[in-house]
Amino acid sequence: MEELKQELKAKIVEQLNLEDVAVEDIANDDMLFGDGLGLDSIDALELIVMLDRDYGIKLTDPKQGRAIFESVDTMAAYISEHKTK
Amino acid sequence: MTSKHHILSYCKIRNNTITLNEGVVFHEEDNSDFPTFIKSAYHHLETAYPKFFKMDDLSKLAFLATDILLKNEQLDEQNDNNIAVVFSNRASSLETDRAHQKTIQNSENYYPSPAIFVYTLPNICIGEISIKHKLYSENSFFIFDNFNADHLFDYANSLLEDRKADKVLCGWVEFDANHYDAFIYLVDKNGSIEHTPQTILKLYNT
Repeated sequence: MEELKQELKAKIVEQLNLEDVAVEDIANDDMLFGDGLGLDSIDALELIVMLDRDYGIKLTDPKQGRAIFESVDTMAAYISEHKTK
Repeated sequence: MTSKHHILSYCKIRNNTITLNEGVVFHEEDNSDFPTFIKSAYHHLETAYPKFFKMDDLSKLAFLATDILLKNEQLDEQNDNNIAVVFSNRASSLETDRAHQKTIQNSENYYPSPAIFVYTLPNICIGEISIKHKLYSENSFFIFDNFNADHLFDYANSLLEDRKADKVLCGWVEFDANHYDAFIYLVDKNGSIEHTPQTILKLYNT
């Protein structure tokens, strides 16, 4: 699980072009949106595409994203349980 | 031709060099590619706007040129924001369109990127500038075969004379493959440079 969390942090930094954020700056329980990393709605869509492309998880209900993308912890837990690739 | 209006200042980004009016504000000696050059310029000029790195190359080009110019003017953000934006180029958003096409090329690997897709219109760069500088005024983006000083001159004059704006930010922001070229200028009632098509063309070409 720890390996997956590191992988997710690296993907978040690289794919969301977070120039001023390093992987080690992100704590597992940091809020990804709002006052945390400050991701926006387009970032949320990118994360949905990433779940589909990299882990074979299709989110059919966008409302699910709110809980899944709360932090790296919640993302890793959801991916571990639902990934198909 | 005489003009009632003037060019307050202008900024150019081309050939790894950024100039504001007559002076060079940033230059990179080596032949670095555009992403490396614009990132170095962003840091050197202390732009401090993290969303910059989420923009496509056309928006980075337009945003940085405008940011340099408007910061230099030291305008009051609350009272001096009735600034119209009239930009133009030849390639529209073609470079980003190509990037989007790559993400949808293969039906077996069809994952369009929302972050790329949102930049598949050239006028998105005006939106980025308007957000940063709190501009709520008129804006337009025109596509021409070449730099069209006459059109920019007429359009800016029309906006000022019809009191649609107090100032007009005009220019050419082109990004296509390895070629980039930005020339942005601010038109106002006051200023030292006469606002005429000849002057605009001369500033663009020098």
